[in-house]
Amino acid sequence: MSAPAAQVPVSTTRSGGSAPEPRTGRRKPKLSFRHRASAWDRRYSPYLYISPFFILFAVVGLFPLIYTAWVATHDWDLIMGQGEFIGGENFMAVLGERGFWISLRNTLSIFILSSAPQVVIAILIAYLLDYNLRARTFWRMGVLIPYVVTPVAVALIFSNLFGDRFGLVNSILETVGIDAIGWHSGTLPSHLAIATMVNFRWTGYNALIFLAAMQAVPRDLYEAAAIDGAGKVRQFISVTIPNLRPTIIFVIITSTIGGLQIFDEPRMFDQYGRGGTDGQWQTMTMYLYELGWTRSDFGQASAVAVLLFLLIVAIGLINFVITRRISSSEVKR
Amino acid sequence: MSALEEKPLPIIPRTGPASAPKNDADPFGRRGSGPGDGSRRRRRGGSGGPGRGPGWIVYGCLAAVILGSMFPLWWSFLIGSHDSTILSRDSFPLLPGGNFFSNAVEVIDTVPFWRATMNSVIVSTVTAVSVVFFSTLAGYAFAKLRFKGAVPLLVFVIATMAIPTQLGVVPLYQVMARLGWTGELQAVIVPGLVTAFGVFWMTQYLRQAIPDELIEAATVDGCSMIRTFFHVALPAAKPAAAMLFLFTFVLNWTNFFWPFIVLGPQNPTLPVALQQLQAAHFVDYSLVLAGATMATIPLLILFIFTGRQLVSGIMQGAVKQ
Repeated sequence: MSAPAAQVPVSTTRSGGSAPEPRTGRRKPKLSFRHRASAWDRRYSPYLYISPFFILFAVVGLFPLIYTAWVATHDWDLIMGQGEFIGGENFMAVLGERGFWISLRNTLSIFILSSAPQVVIAILIAYLLDYNLRARTFWRMGVLIPYVVTPVAVALIFSNLFGDRFGLVNSILETVGIDAIGWHSGTLPSHLAIATMVNFRWTGYNALIFLAAMQAVPRDLYEAAAIDGAGKVRQFISVTIPNLRPTIIFVIITSTIGGLQIFDEPRMFDQYGRGGTDGQWQTMTMYLYELGWTRSDFGQASAVAVLLFLLIVAIGLINFVITRRISSSEVKR
Repeated sequence: MSALEEKPLPIIPRTGPASAPKNDADPFGRRGSGPGDGSRRRRRGGSGGPGRGPGWIVYGCLAAVILGSMFPLWWSFLIGSHDSTILSRDSFPLLPGGNFFSNAVEVIDTVPFWRATMNSVIVSTVTAVSVVFFSTLAGYAFAKLRFKGAVPLLVFVIATMAIPTQLGVVPLYQVMARLGWTGELQAVIVPGLVTAFGVFWMTQYLRQAIPDELIEAATVDGCSMIRTFFHVALPAAKPAAAMLFLFTFVLNWTNFFWPFIVLGPQNPTLPVALQQLQAAHFVDYSLVLAGATMATIPLLILFIFTGRQLVSGIMQGAVKQ
């Protein structure tokens, strides 16, 4: 692999016998082997270089996704293996289960609770970081710390903070005079606790994305706004936010794809990992896991995967339509 | 490009016709550059404020944010350094106790902690090295070599970033079971050997990092394609490669869903071992949080040394077109 760095120029244009004096006759039409090898090298190497990605994606990405639809229409279980084709039966079975609808509700609820505040807070933090700070790298690193903590550890820590009987959060609430909240029993409280974990891990990360976008806003826009008599707040609303729009859209789309598949935090919120006594915080991916690996029904688990896929696509399309609307109906001020 | 990706890294994919001229203006007026464009303008003034530095209010708010992001980790260490009765007392501890070490020993007795640490190191390192190498290879081809179908293929790569591949988990598990890999590390490593994000990241970077003349010169000098790659592209890719390494490392270190499914309790990665610890000691939070602290420390140390690169990596990924 490591050839000497000093490269001796070697002519590739001539091959075979080396003629010391320049030739003036007609060029031979016959190409030498080296010539052809070099041409092949040039033509096919790029495909060779990109092939690892495509091969791996085909095997561990695309094939499993497509094959999921096949599994979903067959009668499977972990022990018996493949049964016969049963069409939409798995889907009907899943859609007929109360647990599925509860998990759908929980997924959407946790997703909304963990993405809306996150975007708002991240933009505000980015605004603070956008000041001409001393030790700017320190501040930026500080908000990024949660990103390197595995969600499993985050869930363990927050599950303790949100303990029903001995948790710090309830103690503080009681000190203030509010009754203790059943974080591990109620539906909405558990969603809030889980959304807090997601926000803890991703807010600083997204703040840095927004910060980068803010720094790309042309300075003269602010100056023009200031000359027009806009104060800080007005500048933020009328200059900063509109310029952040594509970044906001991007962050929302990525958190949609990731957020609707949430598993780690709710799985670790208590020691049983079933999403509460009555599935109060069981998400769709948890439900998929339960069907496939606890009840050993790969067919129904795949049906859930297909439905979750459709949900992600649907919400992605809704995002897309809304953002198209917003950007096309924009009135240039 | 696998069950590994819980969230793609910040990249704003090009939308619309995917021709990729350099430095094209973006419809929203953002100015972007490839990753590793080290010349961040130092700006004067904050958002809209010319000149003056920020007041104490700004610093105060930021300090509160940072304390908020540190506190849970501190709390984890605090509880992890006491014994199991600490939470049932009337007041919460303000200072660490002396029990962290004995708790740590208990954690190591309960779950295969060292093995899990080793596994996490192996999985994260191998995938990070592999992602860097194969992404640089593919990125070099997309950025600098001319071949038929380059543009649609690159669009395809970018499109795969939006596909929730985690949902293919059932057949993927069946494939691993068929191969006899369940419980083995390669079941976690192989799906993550090269990622769409990595390819895209390197394509963006190499586009502006390697002058075309350099490749032409190497070709004229008789370098084969692969030799040109090793002598021209790899050295040029170093800054972006370091960031890609870090991102991939963190992603795999923190990953839970797929390892949890495919690895058994005998051969876990750290997050999977933490799950076992919680199942075994659900009432003893001082133990569980000692374990959570222990699993976090290695990455915190990594972060102290490389946080700066992570920050600039995220910020460069964000503005890019």
